[in-house]
Amino acid sequence: MGKLLTKRIITCLDVKDGRVVKGVNFRNLVDKGDPIELARKYNNIADELVFLDITATNEKRKTILDLVTKLSKSIFIPITIGGGISSIDDIRNVLLAGADKVAINSGAIKKPHLIYEASNIFGSQCIVVAIDVKLVDNKYTVFSNSGSIDTGIELISWIKLVETLGAGEILLTSIDTDGLKQGFDIIMLDLATQHVNIPIIASGGAGAIEDFIQLFQYTNVDAALAASIFHNQEISIDNLKIEMRNAGLEVRL
Amino acid sequence: MIGIIDYNMGNLRNVVNAFEKIGEDVRLIKNPDQMNELDKLVLPGVGAFGSLMQFLDENNMRDKIIETIQSNIPFLGICLGYQALFEKSEESPGVRGLGLLEGKVVRFSSGKIPQIGWNMVNSIKIDLIKSDYYYFVNSYIPKIADNSYIAATTDYYGSFVSAIQIKNIFATQFHPERSGRVGLDLLRRWVNC
Repeated sequence: MGKLLTKRIITCLDVKDGRVVKGVNFRNLVDKGDPIELARKYNNIADELVFLDITATNEKRKTILDLVTKLSKSIFIPITIGGGISSIDDIRNVLLAGADKVAINSGAIKKPHLIYEASNIFGSQCIVVAIDVKLVDNKYTVFSNSGSIDTGIELISWIKLVETLGAGEILLTSIDTDGLKQGFDIIMLDLATQHVNIPIIASGGAGAIEDFIQLFQYTNVDAALAASIFHNQEISIDNLKIEMRNAGLEVRL
Repeated sequence: MIGIIDYNMGNLRNVVNAFEKIGEDVRLIKNPDQMNELDKLVLPGVGAFGSLMQFLDENNMRDKIIETIQSNIPFLGICLGYQALFEKSEESPGVRGLGLLEGKVVRFSSGKIPQIGWNMVNSIKIDLIKSDYYYFVNSYIPKIADNSYIAATTDYYGSFVSAIQIKNIFATQFHPERSGRVGLDLLRRWVNC
């Protein structure tokens, strides 16, 4: 077997009211800057950008297409757009505005068939199902609406279903570890990778370079996503990738 | 003027943005008449093989695309635009591709599918492609009949042909418009070749 895909480092721009924000456990949002300016900094350094309009679902707003249009003129690495995506029209609009992929979260929980329809029309490769998961009574449970509603759905049955329906990729965020900077939820992520054959992006909890290396050494996830530690320059993506390469991981430098 | 075929499906906007970024004028092509007087033609790709061919047929573009490519103007196919050059695809059984090249498009047989991410492109035609990591998003790959077309290969649980070049046709399975600096450099070289 030859060398395969590099492990991807993805940064996420959580956007609220046109500004990048970040909170702990999805709460206490702090302003982190202008999305276009931040995105430009990552062009060519990060492997991908995810843009989540985190207010979209709760406040019934649609993703800000203008921002997507501007983003796609500024950066030439893949962009995933999420936040309030709940229909085929929503998906078409963000793809036409310049997104490469669309992340569907609550919209897919409300209507799982959307995944099937969307992957048939646009192709699986651009349909990312984003899942927020939390350990409840010793069971990994899917939460919707920015982590605020316990759906009662069990994680493994949900990821198997979204794969069957045609999802191309899963963005898996641990609510338990998100924002705490104590490392990724390796046990949960490792479990998830054993049940599906589509790429998984790990999210929630990165605090140090070692956290990424452990993630990729101990699990079969394809990518790691982090926001504040990159936006705050606590970790530079260049250094992270050099350390990953030193640890024997394949990266794009 | 670079013509970019617009089939209302996907990340076409990014192909436009990439060419504009490197200073080129582009025209979106939505019907056969708009294909006249072009310097170059691009068929970008996202979506399913069947949807693309259906769109081209419904808009009477199939013959004009074939004619334009055969008129020897430089043609660039990206991802699905590469796959469309062949006769058929396992993705959409019964659907006829452009059939300009012999071969068929097959699904990856192992590994995680789709292949999503940055993979090493090993260039054979180094005047056009620099060996480096480029961005891939695909579940299917052309199985080409003539190895002399091969411009680059890539490994994904076995080797596949990640780019071809034959006469005025250049096509890549990866997305140069999403491959950062190396991708824009490749587009620049293609424009100037």
